[in-house]
Amino acid sequence: MSGAGTGRIQGKALLVGDNVDTDQIMPGRFLALSDEQELGRHVFDGYEERVRQGIGAGTILVAGQNFGCGSSREHAPIGLRGAGVQAIVAKGFARIFLRNAINLGIPVVVSAEAAALAHDGSQVEISLGEGIVSVDGKECPVEPFPQFLQDLLQAGGLRQYVRRRLAGR
Amino acid sequence: MGQTIAEKIIERHAAAGRISPGQIVEARPDRILLNDVSGPLAFQEFERMGATRVSDPEQVVLVQDHFAPAPSLGGATAMQAMRRFRDSQGIEHFFDVGQGGIEHTLLPEQGLVRPGDLIIGGDSHTCTYGAFDAFGTGMGSTDIAAALALGEIWLRVPKTQRFVFRGGRRPFVTGKDVILRVLREIGVDGANYQAMEFYGLGAFSMDERMAICNMVVEGGAKAGFVAPDEVTRRWASGRLGDAFTLVAADGDAQYLTTRTFDLDSFGPQVARPGSPGDVSDLTDVVGQRVDQVYIGNCANGTLTDLRQAAEVLRGRRVARRTRLIVVPATQEIYRAALQEGIIEDLISAGAAVSTPSCGACFGGHMGLLAEGEVAITTTNRNFRGRMGHPDAGIYLASAYVAAASAVAGAVCDPAEVLGERKR
Repeated sequence: MSGAGTGRIQGKALLVGDNVDTDQIMPGRFLALSDEQELGRHVFDGYEERVRQGIGAGTILVAGQNFGCGSSREHAPIGLRGAGVQAIVAKGFARIFLRNAINLGIPVVVSAEAAALAHDGSQVEISLGEGIVSVDGKECPVEPFPQFLQDLLQAGGLRQYVRRRLAGR
Repeated sequence: MGQTIAEKIIERHAAAGRISPGQIVEARPDRILLNDVSGPLAFQEFERMGATRVSDPEQVVLVQDHFAPAPSLGGATAMQAMRRFRDSQGIEHFFDVGQGGIEHTLLPEQGLVRPGDLIIGGDSHTCTYGAFDAFGTGMGSTDIAAALALGEIWLRVPKTQRFVFRGGRRPFVTGKDVILRVLREIGVDGANYQAMEFYGLGAFSMDERMAICNMVVEGGAKAGFVAPDEVTRRWASGRLGDAFTLVAADGDAQYLTTRTFDLDSFGPQVARPGSPGDVSDLTDVVGQRVDQVYIGNCANGTLTDLRQAAEVLRGRRVARRTRLIVVPATQEIYRAALQEGIIEDLISAGAAVSTPSCGACFGGHMGLLAEGEVAITTTNRNFRGRMGHPDAGIYLASAYVAAASAVAGAVCDPAEVLGERKR
């Protein structure tokens, strides 16, 4: 498998650009919040209105390069999930955001081809088991993650991994 | 084959034998840092993981700095969560309002960072510790919670890019200008997933090196190191006595790339609103009106920065339509600045001097920007909306440039205020 989690995910694409930083995903004034639903209401506050309006249950966010750069705030991926984002396809992810998303069990896939093909409202289908993401029926390859990350995801994210290790002590 | 600094430090903290780039290892950090933004989420996750005790309280450092002093009920509650975790877990390294300051300036000051250390922090600017020959890297709250529970964290060994500086610098060129010049070259993801090593910076103080390493994450880097030298050794002896060993790269270490810069080829640099990678020469933005000037943050709130600001502002006034906010990064820096008369100089010039806080830098409190306002700051990020309204503009520059701009009310070359200087 490639990408996060297992199984098939379908949804409508919502596009954001290159180098979208976590300040734009979740501005600093909301960092005292910790509830997922509450954070979800503030996601992309101040970003393009199209994105604010378009985000909802089942959204597959399709991003350019270096998505999630900047601050390590986990409030950003938590808020995306709270707003209904079920997966993120990008040309590339910033390091800390990628770790955070995988830890939280948010399916993330790297596919420059899919990201280039998609437009707002495109039908996106991610087949994690096969390592394929299709955009309006056109199949695109996915960049595979290292085995360790795939194992981590199959264990259900970092929380399950730690639980298992603590139980083994 | 030789090893880079990143490879050596990770290897020494992992029980994995000889390691190489790309490999994923479990490593045991010397310190696990949490602040009042990343802490509360991490404590919540720590419980959900089924953990009850931290693996080793001595690893853990808790710093109240983002909300400090609490600006809202939400902030106060976050800071209370930090105190409760300290109490329930018996954490000794705890710094509340009035006791510490901004985490990345504070930890080295407190002797909690040693050369060769591996430090993970729930804050992206944990990379600052590369100034001290330590591997510091930022992570999210779930990773930090896992490290609290297990005492270990997984790390992928990064490849390293090398940056070599030659010659002497021009007047008013600081550590800030060096890192902005590098970001101008590599862009905001030019070092994603990688480490950086800097050579040829013997004339730059530890404070300036902090400014450099602080912003390697703005190029996407996982860690960045100023190659250790006599300056590092002197600092470490002063803070740590003889309880340290410098970690240098091997002569035949493998680098992804090597880039060379002539220090005398550039003057002060400024990042334009929107991206820390959108950097130009100061001369290209001179004259831009500024409503607010902010000198502080984990990159440039050191005594060196305050001295630079005071040098410019002494006997002068902040422009009538501009406001200047100065935030010493730690209590110790604040006191030293008081003793040197710097604070008096700044206040006499019309500056508002605040207690140490990350407040305005992350758009939390203590100096946000309104719609259409323009600021020049010594902070590390100028993303859209970073310091308040999405349609406020933020320029990033050194304390010299920021202070000169406060006097002029517009982006200004410090040479205009202080006069031309010999190199």
